[in-house]
Amino acid sequence: MMAAFIFVVSVVIFLQFFVFYCRSLIAVSSKQPLSPEVQDVTGIQRAASGEDFNRVMQLLHLCPERPEDRKGIQAIGAYFRLLSFAGSTVAQLAPSMKSWTDSERGHCTYFAAIALERRISFSRDMLAQQMDA
Amino acid sequence: MVCALKGNSLRRYLCLNLYMGLSFLVSVGRYLVISRSGVSSMEYAYFYFYSDALLTIGLYFALLNLYSLVFDEMKVERYLRLGAVILLGGTAWFSYAVINQSSHRILSHFAFELSQNLYFVGLVLTYVLWGAILKLRETRTRLIQLVLSLGVYFSAFAADYALRNLYPNLQPVWQYVTPALGCILPAAWMYSFLFVTEEARLAPSRLATVPR
Repeated sequence: MMAAFIFVVSVVIFLQFFVFYCRSLIAVSSKQPLSPEVQDVTGIQRAASGEDFNRVMQLLHLCPERPEDRKGIQAIGAYFRLLSFAGSTVAQLAPSMKSWTDSERGHCTYFAAIALERRISFSRDMLAQQMDA
Repeated sequence: MVCALKGNSLRRYLCLNLYMGLSFLVSVGRYLVISRSGVSSMEYAYFYFYSDALLTIGLYFALLNLYSLVFDEMKVERYLRLGAVILLGGTAWFSYAVINQSSHRILSHFAFELSQNLYFVGLVLTYVLWGAILKLRETRTRLIQLVLSLGVYFSAFAADYALRNLYPNLQPVWQYVTPALGCILPAAWMYSFLFVTEEARLAPSRLATVPR
């Protein structure tokens, strides 16, 4: 009985903390501007859309991986799936929830684009180091 | 620890880094016990649960470190320490009382029960700390991320322990789930120390906004 209570409370709090944590990751990346080059590659000119998320993630996976940002990207990927699930179920009943999930999914795409920018500059640095050597 | 050292934050977040150091030593110890006795041995089971209880106490003090950083300007560190020791003692007493009534192998079950209850107490304390961050309008992004990731970690482990208690026969599943959950905290803290500067600021009320 005690274990079942702890489980239910923990899952509810976990979801809450997970959403807040992902939003804090997104808030940090939203302050960084996208370079014109990455804007061209991703097609994100002004506001990012949730529809572009999978495409930006595919571009991200083409770049050499950086171990330090892998978990952050995975967390945002999970948050995006959670939002998509909420958008197709709960948000159908509440229009304000629908616009919120859409806007959050757009922020997830922007986060992925910033990660792409970091990976591109990381690859460039690596290449420059190899050329020097 | 390396990322904190690189960002000159080792002393500021000393308890967090000591916990990570302890966690590393425990991992090495577990590896040595596994390679000597095997993963399904009693030696490994005992070592795992005793070291886990020790790590949970370490994490409890890391949480206290975050409390003292949030309440830095209020000069309430003495009261925080006293409250934490009383709560730790109370949790240990409660765990002992539960085990004393229902088990013959008191010490090994005590370590398991203490870990489970401390994860839950840690979770509640992290939730209270998050409430204080919102109330006090704490804006340090790194501190906010450290607290939130601790909340994710505590809640994931509290749920994991509760499920293990409910379904002890699913050991083949838990042996993969628990180490995977263990990656949450080092990964999130590494991210915060590497990508978020100490000067970065964020309005926490923005994170808690929900649509109505």
